[in-house]
Amino acid sequence: MSGAEWQLVGFSLRMALASLLLILPIGLALAWWLARKDWRGKALVETLVSLPLVLPPVVTGLVLLQLFGRRGPVGSWLHNTFNCDVVFTWRAVVIALAAMSLPLFVRAARTAFEEVDVKFEQLARTLGAGEWRVCFTITLPLAKRGVLAGTLLAFARALGEFGATIMVAGNIPGRTTTLPVAIYQAVENGEDTHAWTLAGVSAVIAFAAVFISEKLQRWRK
Amino acid sequence: MAQVKDAILTANFRKQFPGGPEIVADDLRIGGGITVLFGTSGSGKTTFLRCLAGLERPETGTIFFGQENWFDAGKNYFRAPRKRGVGFVPQDYALFPHLTVAGNVSYGLNEMPAAKRAVCVTETLHWLGLEGLENRLPRELSGGQQQRVALARAVVRRPQLLLLDEPLAALDTPTRQRLRGKIQQLLRQLGIPTILVTHDRFEALALGDRMVVVADGHNQQSGPVTEVFNRPDNLAVAHIAGTETVLPARVLKVADDIVTVAVGDVKLVAMATDFPPEATEAHVCIRAEDVMLVADALPTASARNRFSATVVAVERDGPLLRVELDCGFPLKALLTPQAAAEMKLQPRAAVGVLIKAPHIHLIPR
Repeated sequence: MSGAEWQLVGFSLRMALASLLLILPIGLALAWWLARKDWRGKALVETLVSLPLVLPPVVTGLVLLQLFGRRGPVGSWLHNTFNCDVVFTWRAVVIALAAMSLPLFVRAARTAFEEVDVKFEQLARTLGAGEWRVCFTITLPLAKRGVLAGTLLAFARALGEFGATIMVAGNIPGRTTTLPVAIYQAVENGEDTHAWTLAGVSAVIAFAAVFISEKLQRWRK
Repeated sequence: MAQVKDAILTANFRKQFPGGPEIVADDLRIGGGITVLFGTSGSGKTTFLRCLAGLERPETGTIFFGQENWFDAGKNYFRAPRKRGVGFVPQDYALFPHLTVAGNVSYGLNEMPAAKRAVCVTETLHWLGLEGLENRLPRELSGGQQQRVALARAVVRRPQLLLLDEPLAALDTPTRQRLRGKIQQLLRQLGIPTILVTHDRFEALALGDRMVVVADGHNQQSGPVTEVFNRPDNLAVAHIAGTETVLPARVLKVADDIVTVAVGDVKLVAMATDFPPEATEAHVCIRAEDVMLVADALPTASARNRFSATVVAVERDGPLLRVELDCGFPLKALLTPQAAAEMKLQPRAAVGVLIKAPHIHLIPR
């Protein structure tokens, strides 16, 4: 593999990891909220969170483009307050990857939380523990395998994201181009060897992530 | 009904589960010592306990612990379980599976300085005979050890009230019998007011100072354990307390502290304590262990509560024999196999029956 190829792989991995950092706090809170609480509008939020799973990724990308564009509600606020532009930068890559892999993470983490018997949480409360302590010392440790499996799935999904990324981040070599976008570009340019090399790298990483994730979800005791 | 004079806990509430039975605490008063909540499975005992622990919230009513308000539906007040200072041991113990024995026991002591916490944990484990198991995980323990770890976790915080749900039910019979006495001794040493849920008569008799019978989701009779077993207030309690013989009777005479009743053609005399003189009908309750058998058949009307009977059936009941008799009415008796052999007890044999008047309990109708 050439130096440029290594660089591309490194960039994609960094973007996927950054999107995980964005997903983890939001996704954990959302998953816990969906698993443990009943509230009005819960069904709506459930549907919205899962929507990117079934929507064409380019549609998700289009929505993000509208939101984060300089004239969009979030984009204009970020531009005016922090002088920070999102669209067609690495930030857009992170947001696109996060939006696309959040549903997988929330679904896995929610199931993991739901599998924790509430009797342990109730008992912790009788021992004087407040809700934060219950969550961090009982619920999360007991759900950690499922949460970890969900994290790996989300990571694998982020590495393979194409449609939403190209809509909000475009294809700027060295700045926003990720592995899947580069593969598409390589095929367009007729650079078959290059395309297959990158495809191989993608496959290896995806295989490892899904394999470990499956192991974690099945390994019960 | 013998009420608790210095109740430390008073509860009046209703709890309705969707599609389930209604659980009603009707002037439930709990004093110090060990109070047994006694009832069949499904009678609502566990729900009582969970409401007191704050794990369920009743729809209406109040719960007071001493001067502390724990629940007042009228004021929309509900004290969170973590602020009630109770030690709760559920039937399946709910030991945290990811924490060691030491981790489980010290969980409720997180506000204590680490050094002091370690001392507390060590002392409690030693007291319960669990030393050396500090670093084991719950799944590496025997049932009896798990039970004691759950108890340690609850008592190490010095709770103001201890709630035990069927503490011995999850254990095998030999372990249960061995731990029954041990637990009683430990609870006595602790001196923490304790409410213990059980459906086991032997457990209630062995562990309880007082007892509250729970039936159909309502608390019924309460009082000292033997009194409730021997003098049930109503038929439901008599049934749950396992009174073997319960028969309808006519009241013939109330005089000189003695009540004379007739069961069919047979006259029985009982003590008139608390018996309303105006009652004309009653239920006669006789515990099988209070029925004495003598070898020679006696003439029917010779003395008080002495009459002849015919043996209908003899069957084993644990180490004892359960004898079904016909003495004008069906009567059950318990005796040892030796006594039965000496009397040559067998179906159709004639025997004499003797029941002391204080052992005949009447429920006025």
